[in-house]
Amino acid sequence: MRVLYSLAIVLALMLLAYTGVEVLPGGRTLFGVVLPWLAFVTFLFFFVAKIVDWAKSPVPFRIPTTCGQENSLPWIKQNKLDCPSTTAGVWGRMFLEIFLFRSLFRNTRAEIHEGPKLVYGSSKYLWLFGLMFHYSFLVIVLRHMRLFTNPVPFFVHALEFGDGFLQVGAPPIYITDLVFLGAVTFLFLRRVVLPAIRYISLPADYFPLFLIFGIGLTGVAMRYFFRVDVISIKTLTHGLVTFQFSAPLESISSLFFVHLFLVTTLMAYFPFSKLMHLGGVFLSPTRNMANNSRMVRHINPWNDPSIKPHSYAAYEDDFREFMVEAGLPVEKELEPKADENAPAASE
Amino acid sequence: MADTKVGPMSLSVAKDPSLMTGAIPAKDWMDTPAIFKPGNYCYPGKKEIAAYHGKNLPGKFGESRDWKVEEDDWKLPENWKEIIINGIKERLDKFRSFKIFMDCCVRCGACADKCHFFLGTGDPKNMPVLRAELLRSVYRNEFTKAGKILGRFAGAREMTFGVLKEWFMYFYQCTECRRCSVFCPYGIDTAEITMMAREILHLVGVNTNWILEPASNSNRTGNHLGLQPHTFKENAEFLLDDIETVTGVRLNSLNFNRKGAEILFVIPSADVFAEPGIFTFMGYLLMFEHIGLDYTISTYSSEGGNFGLFTNNELMKKLNGKIYAEAKRLGVKWILGGECGHMWRVLHQYMDTMNGPTDFLQVPKSPITGTVFENAASTKMVHISEFTADLIKHGKLKLDPSRNNHRKVTFHDSCNPARAMGLLEEPRYILKNVCNNFYEMPENTIREQTFCCGSGTGLNTGEIMDLRMRGGLPRANAVKHVHDKHGVNMLSCVCAIDRATLLSLMQYWNPDVEVCGISELVGNALIMEGEQVRETGLRSEPLEGMEG
Amino acid sequence: MYDKDKIIPGLIVFVGLVTFPLWYGFGGGGKLPVPEKPTNSKECVMPTAEMRTSHMVMLNQWRDDIVRMGGARLGQTADGTQYIRSLQKGCMKCHTSKKKFCDECHTYAAVNPYCWDCHIQPKEAN
Repeated sequence: MRVLYSLAIVLALMLLAYTGVEVLPGGRTLFGVVLPWLAFVTFLFFFVAKIVDWAKSPVPFRIPTTCGQENSLPWIKQNKLDCPSTTAGVWGRMFLEIFLFRSLFRNTRAEIHEGPKLVYGSSKYLWLFGLMFHYSFLVIVLRHMRLFTNPVPFFVHALEFGDGFLQVGAPPIYITDLVFLGAVTFLFLRRVVLPAIRYISLPADYFPLFLIFGIGLTGVAMRYFFRVDVISIKTLTHGLVTFQFSAPLESISSLFFVHLFLVTTLMAYFPFSKLMHLGGVFLSPTRNMANNSRMVRHINPWNDPSIKPHSYAAYEDDFREFMVEAGLPVEKELEPKADENAPAASE
Repeated sequence: MADTKVGPMSLSVAKDPSLMTGAIPAKDWMDTPAIFKPGNYCYPGKKEIAAYHGKNLPGKFGESRDWKVEEDDWKLPENWKEIIINGIKERLDKFRSFKIFMDCCVRCGACADKCHFFLGTGDPKNMPVLRAELLRSVYRNEFTKAGKILGRFAGAREMTFGVLKEWFMYFYQCTECRRCSVFCPYGIDTAEITMMAREILHLVGVNTNWILEPASNSNRTGNHLGLQPHTFKENAEFLLDDIETVTGVRLNSLNFNRKGAEILFVIPSADVFAEPGIFTFMGYLLMFEHIGLDYTISTYSSEGGNFGLFTNNELMKKLNGKIYAEAKRLGVKWILGGECGHMWRVLHQYMDTMNGPTDFLQVPKSPITGTVFENAASTKMVHISEFTADLIKHGKLKLDPSRNNHRKVTFHDSCNPARAMGLLEEPRYILKNVCNNFYEMPENTIREQTFCCGSGTGLNTGEIMDLRMRGGLPRANAVKHVHDKHGVNMLSCVCAIDRATLLSLMQYWNPDVEVCGISELVGNALIMEGEQVRETGLRSEPLEGMEG
Repeated sequence: MYDKDKIIPGLIVFVGLVTFPLWYGFGGGGKLPVPEKPTNSKECVMPTAEMRTSHMVMLNQWRDDIVRMGGARLGQTADGTQYIRSLQKGCMKCHTSKKKFCDECHTYAAVNPYCWDCHIQPKEAN
């Protein structure tokens, strides 16, 4: 049901955009200019707002998850990347985490057999497909800069060249298009096939997958199957970022508007969803802190100095008689008192 | 001992339909209520003990009262929901980790089969991701736009008594071991989430006695069991007799509350009164005598362990404050800490922040080797394994490892020293120098991937024994592997809770394997001046070749 | 500890990256492509709209058909007009300048067709 709901929503969004541009007067301006701009502003504003909101809460304690040997005695080899104690080490750890998904690379799969016997196997699929998905997505976004810049900067040309170097067909097939659709399909399938993952998946997990798959599919359709007028489209898209709204909207295929509307939805949805892991991965205190808690004092802004330990004086008052009797040193000697008046020590 | 015999349990974990064995639960987790029955929950805190904590830290422990977990009336305050929602709000503002961990999870499921409680029970709500969702769903409902508008579709749900029961059940089936956090691509740490949830539960007086009582003892008498100063001293001194019997040497250096000592030694108090911790304690004492260390033990601060960590950061701070206070009063130069897991979580990651700065102490320097412990320059507290490893490296200990030949040893990395400190090589270095037969467990079960004993964070109580045996299964299973393969008969560790809980775990799953602290093996191997021919180890077991 | 010193620069970089097209294109849309229209003919081999979107597919087909399958050189439009299926001997009979016709749009859309990997680029007077 969660799967179907999410799929239905994405299909409805596509239909909405299609009817919008086909039927609604001014629909093309709405879906081509107004909504994308609104979505972009929403994305930018709420993304930054979310990060600022996170940043407003302090990190009261230094709580890195140490995944290797600490820095201790000079002759014991520290694991400087998985258990960094310096800023440089933390940068290294964060680089591996953000660009190579270091933690996910550790992934294992546990099985229980008769005995009972637990076995753990290496399981790198999620890491591999996750990496493929994110990098192809990144390349695709950057490639799209050809529609938002004029003249087109060198790195876009370089990506175009590299991505299309197979020179299969005309227009040439982009490797990232294939990788992207393949990876999204994998990520979806593992969600429905693996029992545990299926059980934890929410509509909020399926929806972005369908949305992103829809974006990929309409994009691929425009490039390879139902060809669209790229020059008119660029006049629109580049006009969006240069505030020149003179594009011949009528000569642009409705398919493009469907594609654009899904992207619009993604942008607007992003800051309110789990997709904010894009920002969160930079700020996770278990990863971005050095394991130097005993070396450098970490300051907690709300540390409450009024919380004091049960004092030694109170302790000694409680137990002085016993302590003296047991030969333990005391700060205050027993007051000379008649035995029957000795203070009750145990309550 | 556990209610279920090991045979039926073995069948149950591998065969009973569960998410671990491949069966998909029929109902959505939000529609599956938590049902308490004897054996699956810890007893609630006694009224007077909850009241004691409430008096010390007003507001943090709710209304003290007598209540029963299985009853449908937990005698919660009228406005308990409001307290909880405000509690969440307050913590979101205080802990960035909490905010980020509530927002960032993509439910990739990498954590799912990393939790020992999930592996042992197959209960879906023991997957770290779902454990967090128990709280996250309420967070979404109250604090996110998507949750407020879309409700259940966005994974949001209202705070109800049913949810509260779920929290009490599953945030007390998490030992804050951080294993899931190692695998999470965003470093989401369920320990952190469990800590928040427990803090919030305590606000409405939902608590467990096994945590509150040791914490209250610790506050007043200095240690978990509530040993008063004279008893504590007598217990420790009693062990000198045992040491003399085994080694023929009467130690002179044990002393208490002595001003002007160079080093304050803080231990988990279990080492003074419970087997096998007492053997670890004997090991410490033998080594200190051997090197002529100028140290003292405090009866006031006789507990390094800190059950406050399992309630809220305020009580943790309050209990921990004693260590620095006592170090200052006694005028020591620096502090040495014994073998304990969660104690070191507090000492390493919280102490200095909470109760520092420590300008009255000096950067720790080993009086024997001259090594300066730069890694403890601010906190001024050194782990006994760091200290011992340094001694061995400098050849300051006379050791006869063959005295541990009757032991085939493996090493259990305790969660906190491994994943909240990074103490991995020091104990191994010591082991390799004090015994001749050391075998590692499989790599997915040690070091940063180590499995919890299944009973940390105040779950080491008798009323949930079945649950503990399930939670400890992954650890026990790895021990069984080296037991079968190499004949391992001794599971060593650097944690006092482990020494207690692994003992029951081994008796249940691997009855041939015993449990010890590293320092016990050091004590066995140490060649003391004037000693007699050693025929037994510290626990009076015959050494190799001395069995007759 | 708030890490403002890292988060604020981080956010600036993020906003900078995301708004890249805005500041890159600041001050105008640049030149729009104006491909030179042929003087000797009014019609192409397919309707203009179709040529705009799919000329590359057609050229690719010609190549496959003629070079690899030994297909015919001559093609016929819907209304029966015959033409030569060749880039240089067909297309460029009317669209005489690569620079003023092909490159106009290709440069604008950052397309680098590999036609001229094999074909010799026509020499053009400026």
